Amino acid sequence: MAGTRVLVGTRKGAFILTSDERRQEWTVSEPLFAGWEVYHVKGSPLDPDRIYASQSGGWFGQVIQRSDDGGLTWRTVDNDFTYDGVPGEHQWYDGTLRPWSFTRVWHLEPSVHDAETVYAGVEDAALFRSTDGGTSWSELSGLRQHDTGPQWQPGAGGMCLHTVLEHPTDPDRLYVAISAAGVFRSTDGGGSWRPINKGLRSSEIPDEDREVGHCVHRIDLHPAKPDVLYMQKHWDVMRSDDGGDSWHEVSGNLPSDFGFPIAVHAHEPETVYVVPIRSDETHYPPDGRLRVYRSRTGGGTWEALTRGLPQEHCYVNVLRDAMAVDRHPSCGIYFGTTGGQVYASSDSGDTWAPIVRDLPAVLSVEVQTLA
Amino acid sequence: MHEVRVVLPGHLRTIAKVTGEVAVAVGAPVTQRAVLDALEADLPALRGLIRDRATGRRRPFVRFFACEEDLSHEDPDAALPDRVSRGEEPFIVLGAMAGG
Repeated sequence: MAGTRVLVGTRKGAFILTSDERRQEWTVSEPLFAGWEVYHVKGSPLDPDRIYASQSGGWFGQVIQRSDDGGLTWRTVDNDFTYDGVPGEHQWYDGTLRPWSFTRVWHLEPSVHDAETVYAGVEDAALFRSTDGGTSWSELSGLRQHDTGPQWQPGAGGMCLHTVLEHPTDPDRLYVAISAAGVFRSTDGGGSWRPINKGLRSSEIPDEDREVGHCVHRIDLHPAKPDVLYMQKHWDVMRSDDGGDSWHEVSGNLPSDFGFPIAVHAHEPETVYVVPIRSDETHYPPDGRLRVYRSRTGGGTWEALTRGLPQEHCYVNVLRDAMAVDRHPSCGIYFGTTGGQVYASSDSGDTWAPIVRDLPAVLSVEVQTLA
Repeated sequence: MHEVRVVLPGHLRTIAKVTGEVAVAVGAPVTQRAVLDALEADLPALRGLIRDRATGRRRPFVRFFACEEDLSHEDPDAALPDRVSRGEEPFIVLGAMAGG
């Protein structure tokens, strides 16, 4: 029988949640990397036994863990994320310039094209790539050295490169998103990059439609329609129909268009999920009601999904990497909260149930659909 | 060569997959840098976790104690106490006290 493996990164370790295809009964692992912040855990789409985890902490820095047996055993791989050349400077919160300085790996993206290739998005924002399963990393420095680099600035969470998307059929085409710089695209395998933020408007920056400076929280695409990109920006849910050349707003009837994650249904490229958050000042759901919103029209028109989710006194947040979809015939949706709950739906979001309620604050959720 | 005893904090013992004290062989002079170089050579998983990868300097929340002294701010090329180099006292690596 097919299986389901949910990979959860938290403030105090990682957890692996396993079930069968029915996704009704779950097994929750003991903590992995206990006591450490685990910003992201993700498996290879080509080899589900290969999983990477970003383990970090304020005392001892960055560790990258790798498993080759589906998370049963782990070993450390290279943690050297030294910037290429002399790091330049970027904007700091107070308007001064500050040298690029590595803090942590936010996101690990195993390649859909090659089982040994994995990307790492780091803070301060830069993209690294390993072509040997994490044994060594090299910066794709054309991104950080873009002419606009000195204009990039940190969001409240730090200046992080948090999203890496590969085109499903063109290995040379890559997208990354940086908070708070915006979205960048490469068409030469990561050698050179250009910002693709036309159509974004952000009142948090003096020139609202500037080329860079936008606090993009997450982007996603469906492999069947790879030129359609969806974005949850700081405020505004956005869509591009031309591979990021231009964006238009699809917030529609959402109760708030602030939020962090955005995800596309596994089998329906026009079905999209977001979790509205009241505002950047509160970081909790509107009206104390935890609602996932689903659009079946590629944005614009949204319906609240509430069955099984708390509809009163709920003041948790759902962070940008904390929502994922599986690829079972009946698509499953998963998200984790800063209150330590991981919720799952095995029917495209119609109904929800918690897998586990009392983990440390959830930083990331990924899911593997096992044959 | 001197056999220097090193005490690691729990998190680093877990990362390095060791238990108890670690012994490293260090040539004279026995300094912080020499001990940490030897430690990282023996246990490469610790690279970057005690000293910053880019600068080579002690990470801000890591402390070095020996012989009831805080040696964290000593010159990394200064000789460690004789009792450490003779193996009578361990060189202690630990995470700074923090919390609330």
